[in-house]
Amino acid sequence: MDLQTLWFAAVTVLWTGFLLLEGFDFGVAALLPVLSKGDPAQRRADKNLMLRTIGPVWDGNEVWLVTAVGAVFAAFPGWYATWLPAMYLPFVLLLLALIVRAVAFEWRHQRHDAEWDATWTRVITGGSVVAALAVGGALGATTLGLPVGADGTRVGGAFSWVGWPVALGAVAVLAYSLVHGAVFLALKTEGPVRERARAFALRWSPLAALPLLAWAGLVVLRSGGVVSTVLWLVAALAVVGTWTRLKVDREGQAFLGWALVLLASAAAVFGAGYPTVVASTVDPAFDVVIGTASVSDYTLTVMTWVAGVGLPVVLGYQAWTYWVFRKRLTAEPEHAHA
Amino acid sequence: MDVLDIARWQFGITTVYHFLMVPLTIGLGLLVAVMHTLWVRTGRAEWLRMTRFWGRIFLINFVLGVATGLVQEFQFGLAWSEYSRFVGDVFGSILALEALLAFFLESTFLGLWIFGWGRIPKKLHLATIWAAVVGSTISAYFIIAANSWMQHPVGVVVDEATGRPRQVDFLAVLTNNTALAAFSHAIVASLMVAGGLLVGIGLWHLRKRKLAGRSTEDVDHAVWRRSVRLGGYVSLAAFVLVALTGDWQGKLMYQQQPLKMSSAEALCDTEAPASFSLFAFSKLGSNECDDVHSITIPYILSFLAHSDFSSPVPGVNQLQEQYADAYGATYPDDPSFGDKAGEPIDYTPVLAVTYWGFRLMIGMGMVSAAVAAYALWSTRKGRVPTSRIGVYGSLLAVGAPFVGNAAGWVFTEMGRQPFVVVPNPDVPRAEQVYFFTAQAVSPGVTAAEVWTSLISLGVLYAVLAVVEFGLIVRFVRAGITEGDTTPTPGIGGGPGTDDDAPTRPDDDASDDVLQFAY
Ligand code: HDD
Ligand code: HEM
Ligand code: HEM
Repeated sequence: MDLQTLWFAAVTVLWTGFLLLEGFDFGVAALLPVLSKGDPAQRRADKNLMLRTIGPVWDGNEVWLVTAVGAVFAAFPGWYATWLPAMYLPFVLLLLALIVRAVAFEWRHQRHDAEWDATWTRVITGGSVVAALAVGGALGATTLGLPVGADGTRVGGAFSWVGWPVALGAVAVLAYSLVHGAVFLALKTEGPVRERARAFALRWSPLAALPLLAWAGLVVLRSGGVVSTVLWLVAALAVVGTWTRLKVDREGQAFLGWALVLLASAAAVFGAGYPTVVASTVDPAFDVVIGTASVSDYTLTVMTWVAGVGLPVVLGYQAWTYWVFRKRLTAEPEHAHA
Repeated sequence: MDVLDIARWQFGITTVYHFLMVPLTIGLGLLVAVMHTLWVRTGRAEWLRMTRFWGRIFLINFVLGVATGLVQEFQFGLAWSEYSRFVGDVFGSILALEALLAFFLESTFLGLWIFGWGRIPKKLHLATIWAAVVGSTISAYFIIAANSWMQHPVGVVVDEATGRPRQVDFLAVLTNNTALAAFSHAIVASLMVAGGLLVGIGLWHLRKRKLAGRSTEDVDHAVWRRSVRLGGYVSLAAFVLVALTGDWQGKLMYQQQPLKMSSAEALCDTEAPASFSLFAFSKLGSNECDDVHSITIPYILSFLAHSDFSSPVPGVNQLQEQYADAYGATYPDDPSFGDKAGEPIDYTPVLAVTYWGFRLMIGMGMVSAAVAAYALWSTRKGRVPTSRIGVYGSLLAVGAPFVGNAAGWVFTEMGRQPFVVVPNPDVPRAEQVYFFTAQAVSPGVTAAEVWTSLISLGVLYAVLAVVEFGLIVRFVRAGITEGDTTPTPGIGGGPGTDDDAPTRPDDDASDDVLQFAY
């Protein structure tokens, strides 16, 4: 495998890792109003419980996005410099959403009044939903088609990216994240929230997988081969598998099954798309491909060495964090200051 | 304004804003780690409370640093796509390695530190804050190496096929002398920020307690007193180092970007020996060097630039001519230069900005050092100052190193105009890599789009600043809260407890943890 292909694979892994990890914290945040029930005090307790499941990890998860974008820039500046300005406004929206979400996580606890808490909790939910939609839309467009011209510059003005690929990607990521968050909650909590989360996942998982499968299916139909077709089938089967595991209360297995849905779909999308990184809707001849978008072999070699040593270490300590916080959380009577 | 101008404002505003949080994260992170270490080693209650109090301010600030840093990562692509294409072979890899090697370390271990109180063994828990601090420092190193490469591109050749720089020596990029100097300077400047904060807030609390007739024997008193002493020493030491590293940078800049330094001195014509300008006044709005008049001290500038009292220092007028000869008197008549195509090139940065930016940076450092000296003197041998002017002045001076840092960056970045990648004079002219700011902006993006992002980010940043400032003030006024005064049983428990046992065995009290965390 040449270095460009290796880095194409690395970028795929980073984006997938991001969707897999941040996916559940997007999902948990989006489900706050859905899965909390009862009188206001009880709802607040439910929300606290749900937020505690992602408290220690959401920031580390977000770094996957920073690294994924950084890796696109580092390995394929031609991709970075075409994709971001072409979708200028959606990316700005993503940034705004991520900013308010990050500060809301922190500020929520700074004052002990219910109104303040409720406001920032709503911001967490809103920011997460918008961020999931924006990331999905951007990924949908780069894999399914953006109006870029011969020199990699967008044609058609500020809104020419609008179209069904963006919509499909956006819905796919949000829907996936919702169920992912629910399965995660079922795995990490005890009590009524766990029951509701499980019921939510059981009811919606088949439907929530459809946009993702449609997206992967379209890329496979356009340019896929045997391998990507098989990956697509694996993804579809994993949906069934997840559902049956949920049915028999095996949350751990369901979590793995639902993760496999994403892993296989993402592998199918990027695998079938290879070597194209931005598909042009103007003319396939204008597609941005890894060969012309990439940096020199020297730079790729350096990055390969550094990442080869650094990435296993990162994975090691991130896994350790999940281990340290592995226990299920239970709702407890609220402390006076909580 | 055209896209170029709006994009420059956007970059300047968002980056300077990001750099309000950054030095506090770097400087205070280090000091909190030191406090935590002292607590683990001595078991004294005041160090625990200091860790918790300053740690919480550190965290409130950290999240905003992360949130605004995200914007930075995307900006090079959004508004500066041609820049990104041009520098891609060098610049992107540094950014990606920063994320991989530094940001993961920072965010993961900070999460462990926040939620790890009482869950992981005490010494391991201490190690997590140090890991996060190491992460911040590595991140500063990489990003400054990236920035320094723009100031002084090394380790590259011009690629014949594309005309862009191609990296040939990664180690040269990482050991760029510009980067080593700028990194040391920025780190010690960050310590000035943290030191000033400890001094200002500590003095205010000490005075308030004394006026209220509170005990000077209890732990609370020890907390504020130690904060002032620690902050004062750190500030003073950092100021000395800031001056030394700054002098190093100045000497490098005279070789690498003489126009930046000569315009920082408003030195119009070559002088030997050259005089240092103390104060300058000019015709308003003029960027002509000859309209500037300064009060000067003879010989000093020669010394600053070359370490002797006689060498010539080149003037702005001569340098402007030299640059015009070397890089052209007008921009090429090419669409990639946008509105600037065919226009004359002004190689002199905005004089007022470089001149006053430089002085503001140094002046703010002096203010902060003076306050630190006052704080140490007025708290000698257990004294507590009650002077209104002294204490409120110190509180106000908390802002000084922030302003100094921002001024330093504005000077550095605007001083390299009109280039975004400045030619490296050590390399023969034909092999030089350089790029004008006018070429760097994204060609397909409309002014309306950049306005939208500039305004929405600007409004959001303003709101965040207000809320953030309000929260920090509230928290600081409250001082050490009850939660911190009565450490939860098991929260470490001081020396003598079994270090290998988790300091708080069960999984309860998570809300305590959260209270500390958020
Ligand atoms: C001297 C140091 C320094 C400088 C010049 C910059 N930053 Fe920064 N940055 C940091 C030092 C830092 C830090 C200390 O590591 C931060 C600040 C607060 C924090 O949480 O980490 C950070 C956070 C931070 C983050 C969030 C990391 C996370 O999610 O944990 C990103 C993506 C960036 N920065 C990117 C940038 C870019 C692209 C810059 C160039 C314009 C930049 N920073 C200037
Ligand atoms: C790796 C770090 C950095 C890089 C790569 C970088 C790059 C850039 C770029 C591309 C521009 C726009 C072009 C221009 O107008 O010059 C710019 C402008 C600017 N940057 Fe930086 N910068 C970095 C760090 C910083 C930091 C930390 C600050 C300050 C907090 C800063 C302050 C500014 C300012 C004030 C401008 C506006 C200059 C102007 O409009 O003339 N930069 N920088
Ligand atoms: C006391 C004497 C000082 C001297 C001689 C000095 C010198 C310099 C010089 C020459 C530069 C420009 C480097 C370049 O263009 O790359 C610079 C940049 C800078 N200065 Fe200073 N400085 C001093 C004090 C301070 C203080 C007190 C602060 C902050 C509290 C500070 C913060 C900065 C920052 C943040 C930058 C931009 C980043 C960098 O290049 O490191 N400096 N300084």
